[in-house]
Amino acid sequence: MTPDAGTSATAAGTAWTAVRDAVAGLLSDPLMQRALVAAVLVGLVAPVVGTYLVQRRLSLLGDGIGHVALTGVALGWLVGSAAGLVPRDTLAIPGAVVAALLGAILIEVVSERGGTNGDVVLALLFYGGIAGGVLLIGLAGGSSATLTAYLFGSISTVSTGDIALTVALGVLILAVGIGLRAALFTVSQDAEFARASGLPVRALNIAVAVVAALTVTVAMRVVGVLLVSALMIVPVAIAQIVTTSFRRTMSTAMAIGVGVCVTGLVITYWHNVSPGATIVVIAIAVYAVVALAAGLRRRPEGDPHPDQADDVDLVTEAT
Amino acid sequence: MPDVIRAADVRVRLGQSLVVRGVDLTLSDGEAVAVMGANGSGKSTLVRALVGILPIESGTVDIFGARLVPSGRGLPWHRTGYVPQRVSAAGGVPATALEVVTSGLLYRGRLRPPRNAHALALDALDEVGLAGRAGSSVRALSGGQQQRVLIARALVRRPDLLLLDEPVAGVDRPSQVAFARTLAALVERRVTVLIVLHELGTFAPLIGRTVVLRHGVVVHDGPPLPPARGHDAPDHVHLHPYVDVPGGRDVRALTEPNLGSQQ
Repeated sequence: MTPDAGTSATAAGTAWTAVRDAVAGLLSDPLMQRALVAAVLVGLVAPVVGTYLVQRRLSLLGDGIGHVALTGVALGWLVGSAAGLVPRDTLAIPGAVVAALLGAILIEVVSERGGTNGDVVLALLFYGGIAGGVLLIGLAGGSSATLTAYLFGSISTVSTGDIALTVALGVLILAVGIGLRAALFTVSQDAEFARASGLPVRALNIAVAVVAALTVTVAMRVVGVLLVSALMIVPVAIAQIVTTSFRRTMSTAMAIGVGVCVTGLVITYWHNVSPGATIVVIAIAVYAVVALAAGLRRRPEGDPHPDQADDVDLVTEAT
Repeated sequence: MPDVIRAADVRVRLGQSLVVRGVDLTLSDGEAVAVMGANGSGKSTLVRALVGILPIESGTVDIFGARLVPSGRGLPWHRTGYVPQRVSAAGGVPATALEVVTSGLLYRGRLRPPRNAHALALDALDEVGLAGRAGSSVRALSGGQQQRVLIARALVRRPDLLLLDEPVAGVDRPSQVAFARTLAALVERRVTVLIVLHELGTFAPLIGRTVVLRHGVVVHDGPPLPPARGHDAPDHVHLHPYVDVPGGRDVRALTEPNLGSQQ
């Protein structure tokens, strides 16, 4: 063995030990443990709901709900401080849940009525939600800085109680989103056909809206209101580049969701950057790489319908 | 045995306008009826009301003897198949032909597909000649193939009543012929068929009765009519696919003013 090789072997060994220690340190940190549980759950559930939203071409619904949830946060805060609760944000998350549910159902009902443009309703909720949140938090004696934790996420402040709520809601979302997959697929794919089959279209659409609202409130702690929707939509956008089936799109998106959430979180363990922003930037980077790779790999040159019989007779028969 | 469809004095409003204005329509068991009429005559609206997509303003609809109500309660949905007028079967997320057809196995009271859903869906795709494309994303299929997927979605639950809204609009001739053959087999099995068409075309041999709507009112209910004047001239520019359908009716039989009232 040459001295050189010995040195590099030792260096590799030292590097390995360092990585092992770092991982062990990361996993033994209680704060990180809670954050990881939250990240895995959010990464898992957000794409389930997102798949239905993308299928219904309602990619921005999550944003609308998120903005409304912000008003709920402020309202919860206002009620909490009026009631003298400690800490004052005890009711912030419950407030967000209630507001998000109401907002989601409102969007669903209004867009079903069709009287008003669904797009405009969504816009009204966006602005109303943000303005209401800022206004109410001021009345509650806070500042808009108080809202920042909810706007951009604060995974490091996740408590054991938060984790319990997150797990409970996550299980509920998965139960609805996966248990009712066939029915939700049918309704999201073609609502008119579903109605012509006697399916309870409105109830199923509201079920999607409700799980979307719950997802927003669960994911709010991890990535923040402003980026919640990205976790629902971007993994689905990545998955559908490489898949052909609905089922596979959903499962691939779930895997991607967990992957980007955990990766982003782990990076923030060593680098002082925003977890939510890191997660979303990673997701979008993955999208760019996959889209580019897919574009390079198969340039469609072949006839997409080789088995199609010819419709037009090119030879004019002599008469 | 009750009539398969009995619609009495049905009125349907779309926005401000009354599109269907008092239509009576009865289909007996095993009948194949074509609903025809110009664009805007209310034929699609009528069919969409019959399957419960559009609310009926007044009048009554009974399907297999059960009253159609807005909640959809009490109707034998599993006995009814509907093919919408549609160009694309693709949603925002990729879905395979098999997945889209499987969605036809769900109806009121059944929110999850049955155990043998896969085999049933493959059978239905086979019936429309697409068994080989079961795993293909519907996005990758041509318009005609997508339309056949939607037909398979209606057939998969083995309906006793099939309502089709211009099922071959934009479908090429070989596909039309193939579909007419599928439909003929269904009619032979005494499936009741209500089909909205612009022209009888390939389906002429199957259709026993034609209902013509004009401005939301039935103006003809009886034997199939010859093509409107100007559409029957030898130099008429439409490609009438039935001219050389193997086993189809001779075009001359349709141009002779023999059936029903000339319009």
